[in-house]
Amino acid sequence: MTQSVTLQDSHSATDHAPIRRPWRWHIAVFLAPALLVYSALMIIPLAETLRLSLFSSKDQVISFVGLQNFITLFGDPRWSESFWRALWNNTYFFLIHMLVQNPIGIALAALLSLPRLRWRSFYRTAFFMPTMLSFVIVGFVWKLILSPLWGVAPSILAAIGLKSLFGPWLGQEATALTALSLISVWQYIGIPMMLIYAALLSIPDEVIEAAECDGVTGLAQFWKIKLPLVLPAIGLVSILTFVGNFNAFDLIYVSQGALAGPQFSTDILGTFLYRTFFGYQLQLGDPHMGATIATVMFFIILAVVSFYLLVVQRRIRRYQF
Amino acid sequence: MERKTFRAAALGATALVAGMAMWSLSAAADVTLTIESWRNDDLPIWQDKIIPAFEAKNPGIKVVFSPTAPTEYNAALNAKLDAGTAGDLITCRPFDASLELFKKGHLAPVNDVKGMENFGSVARSGWTTDDGKTTFCVPMASVIHGFIYNQEAFDKLGISEPKTEDEFFAALEKIKADGTYIPLALGTADQWEAATMGYQNIGPNYWKGEEGRLALIAGKQKLTDPQWVEPFQVLARWSAYMGDGYKAQTYPDSQNLFALGRAAIYPAGSWDIALFNQQAEFKMGAFYPPVKKAGDPCYISDHVDIALGMNAKGAHPEETKTFLEWVASPEFATIYANALPGFFSLSGQPVTLEDPLATEFVGWRKDCKTTIRSTYQVLSRGTPNLENETWGASANVLNGTETPEQAAARLQKGLDSWYKPAQ
Repeated sequence: MTQSVTLQDSHSATDHAPIRRPWRWHIAVFLAPALLVYSALMIIPLAETLRLSLFSSKDQVISFVGLQNFITLFGDPRWSESFWRALWNNTYFFLIHMLVQNPIGIALAALLSLPRLRWRSFYRTAFFMPTMLSFVIVGFVWKLILSPLWGVAPSILAAIGLKSLFGPWLGQEATALTALSLISVWQYIGIPMMLIYAALLSIPDEVIEAAECDGVTGLAQFWKIKLPLVLPAIGLVSILTFVGNFNAFDLIYVSQGALAGPQFSTDILGTFLYRTFFGYQLQLGDPHMGATIATVMFFIILAVVSFYLLVVQRRIRRYQF
Repeated sequence: MERKTFRAAALGATALVAGMAMWSLSAAADVTLTIESWRNDDLPIWQDKIIPAFEAKNPGIKVVFSPTAPTEYNAALNAKLDAGTAGDLITCRPFDASLELFKKGHLAPVNDVKGMENFGSVARSGWTTDDGKTTFCVPMASVIHGFIYNQEAFDKLGISEPKTEDEFFAALEKIKADGTYIPLALGTADQWEAATMGYQNIGPNYWKGEEGRLALIAGKQKLTDPQWVEPFQVLARWSAYMGDGYKAQTYPDSQNLFALGRAAIYPAGSWDIALFNQQAEFKMGAFYPPVKKAGDPCYISDHVDIALGMNAKGAHPEETKTFLEWVASPEFATIYANALPGFFSLSGQPVTLEDPLATEFVGWRKDCKTTIRSTYQVLSRGTPNLENETWGASANVLNGTETPEQAAARLQKGLDSWYKPAQ
């Protein structure tokens, strides 16, 4: 007993004394697992990609070429044409998501959060279902639905007398990218819906009740009260959509192949990167040009995300309840 | 205490015996060779016919056939070879893709494999270094292009095999007018189908086979010359006879259309024969690409397509060599050519074929001059890659988004940007 008292005393004595603190090992120990795993899986591959883009291989000899690969990518008309086309297609892909996926996602979330809705959890699950499906299944099923030979789309349209509206959408340059964007919207609509639904649920009842007392109900309540309150969530959804779309690859690859036909009209940065990096059919892969494209993609995404975090997000007004 | 020691000793002894048993088992276990391939359609044939025939003769060697999807094969194989996880036997694409693998040291030379003397220089050409000294894959088979047709449809409509371009279009017109069948089973969604079954199928008749192909490599002819543009012009006329929505029609769609009896003519590669034999329930016939005028000499694409090489870093070089020697033997040629009608042996040894359709295809070798696909040798070495560009061009011409002249001009421009023929 006495021993412990003296121990405690001496301990409190050191606390008060202005001597150096022991090095705090536990911080490093606690940080280490996350830091190691993150470095091994993210930082090192990323750095390696950046490094790879500064080299070039000719006749099995790898040499440092500085920024030459970037000059080729932007300066050589063949490369730059493919690159700008992929970037534009990607932007279009993103715009469709912003114009279709997110508004519908918000609308669905608003409907789901109506207090007197029946079958709520059924709808919620049903809308979220496609998001959980594998992109392989989604690509394959939609390709089959839209197939002019075996698909159900032509017969359904024929049944309601609109057969003339049907076209081989995935095979036409003018429509293929839009069709694929809408398929992707269908698949991922659940994500904005869920995030915004959660944000809507977190609005306190007092705020809604106060609005009702002031006579703000129905649609006006949505526009004037709820929407401003979920704006931060919408911002988050937008940036997630952006990152997701600019890293997209799977759906296009599954339904159109690595050549992103017809005539590269569905070629986005992801498929362009894949084709360059791994090669396709007789075209051999070029890891260095591929890494160059990957680097450019990384910087595009980095720039937009930084812009969002540093400029946009600070201006969104947040309400504390 | 004593009992405990005894128990521990017994346990240790058991473990030791078990360990030794396992060790000796693994030592006596068979060597397993893995074949990398893009021919996933052939999996049952390798498993049921080819591999058992080899294993019966070579006890102690097990062979596993492990295919990848055709369009992903090159990329996947390169990645596996770089990582050192590729199989012992590598199925070789012809020309530069495999040459590159050899130069990187992934493929071992096969000059000293017994039986290589059975293959002529044309057969070896797809897998030999530019100086002609080293061959790095054992040639397995070539494929021939032509047209397969639905015999019942032809009989019903009173059409006979077209020999000339005019007869060909007359036949298409007749089938279209009748309306029962889609005249041509061809789609542009996969692009390669348009180029391989379209442009490379009928092209040799216009550019005169090897003559034009070698002149193109030598720089004496250009893709904008009439003999190279004309196949595109003929191709452009095909689109009127292709199925509804052909722009979104994939290669398997085309195969199904024909096999289900909904299309009358299928621009074919001979590798389709096996599938159609299995699935089509009607009688089929075949004709070679129609010539321009009656009496013109005919040319067919008899493309060296597939060979088997040896992973230079494989774990079992001796057993791998044994397998390759067997692949070079007439026994393999006969099994392979008959198990896979439509893949014609490149071996100089005579091979007897049983399949009537395949016999018809291979019979054209007697009547027509043979060539290989124009874009494969040398011309697809640079960027843009002429073969891949030709896919796009053929699909565009069929889709009507590019005129034949524009397509040819674009191809030539792309080729000029990197290819400087030795003058």
